[in-house]
Amino acid sequence: MLHIINKSPYDRPALDSVLKTGEGAILLIEDGVYAAVKGGAVEAKIKTALGKFKIYALTPDIDARGIADRVIDGVTQVDYAGFVDLVAENKTSQSWL
Amino acid sequence: MKFAILVSEGPYTHQATDTAFLFAQAVLAKGHEIFRVFFYHDGVYNATRLTTPPQDDRNIVKRWTKLAEENNLDMVVCVAAAQRRGIVDDGEMKRNGKDATNLAEPFRISGLGQLIEAGIQADRLVVFGD
Repeated sequence: MLHIINKSPYDRPALDSVLKTGEGAILLIEDGVYAAVKGGAVEAKIKTALGKFKIYALTPDIDARGIADRVIDGVTQVDYAGFVDLVAENKTSQSWL
Repeated sequence: MKFAILVSEGPYTHQATDTAFLFAQAVLAKGHEIFRVFFYHDGVYNATRLTTPPQDDRNIVKRWTKLAEENNLDMVVCVAAAQRRGIVDDGEMKRNGKDATNLAEPFRISGLGQLIEAGIQADRLVVFGD
């Protein structure tokens, strides 16, 4: 299962909901990429989650928000082609709107 | 692989439409097929040909229609969502006694069954909304 999160963890509880599901892959897009910022309030949560989830973040959205040099280690950046690959690799995807 | 895409937000309000468009482009660039793009709720505003953004801004409607024409995409607008929001084609104009149409080609207005069919026929359905 690929969990797609498009909202900041400081705005909506989607990240918490996803982490409760237990495992899988998470793709952070749009304002969802704010979860991947080093030094943010959810950094510890993300680092813990990295043990169970593979976490990806969409590079164009990271760049648009000027946080490219502050992405938490262990979060893998992907472009739109990588986004397509993630959807193809996972049997199902859930957009947490 | 066959992809289906659901867009449920309007243009210029949320990033969802932009993400959906760039995703669709990437799907095609990878050699996959797009079975259908379905526009639901405020997503139907992506289909009005009367949109006129400033010249230095992206034209989201034109961008969709160009992609659809170049790749022969099936772009379906939900009829109930379209009626509520005043997105009208010839058939809807006559049926509802309206005096104008505004649906851009090659969008077509149809029912929610088209979304269900896309979910069944495509290998992957990806949702873009707010």
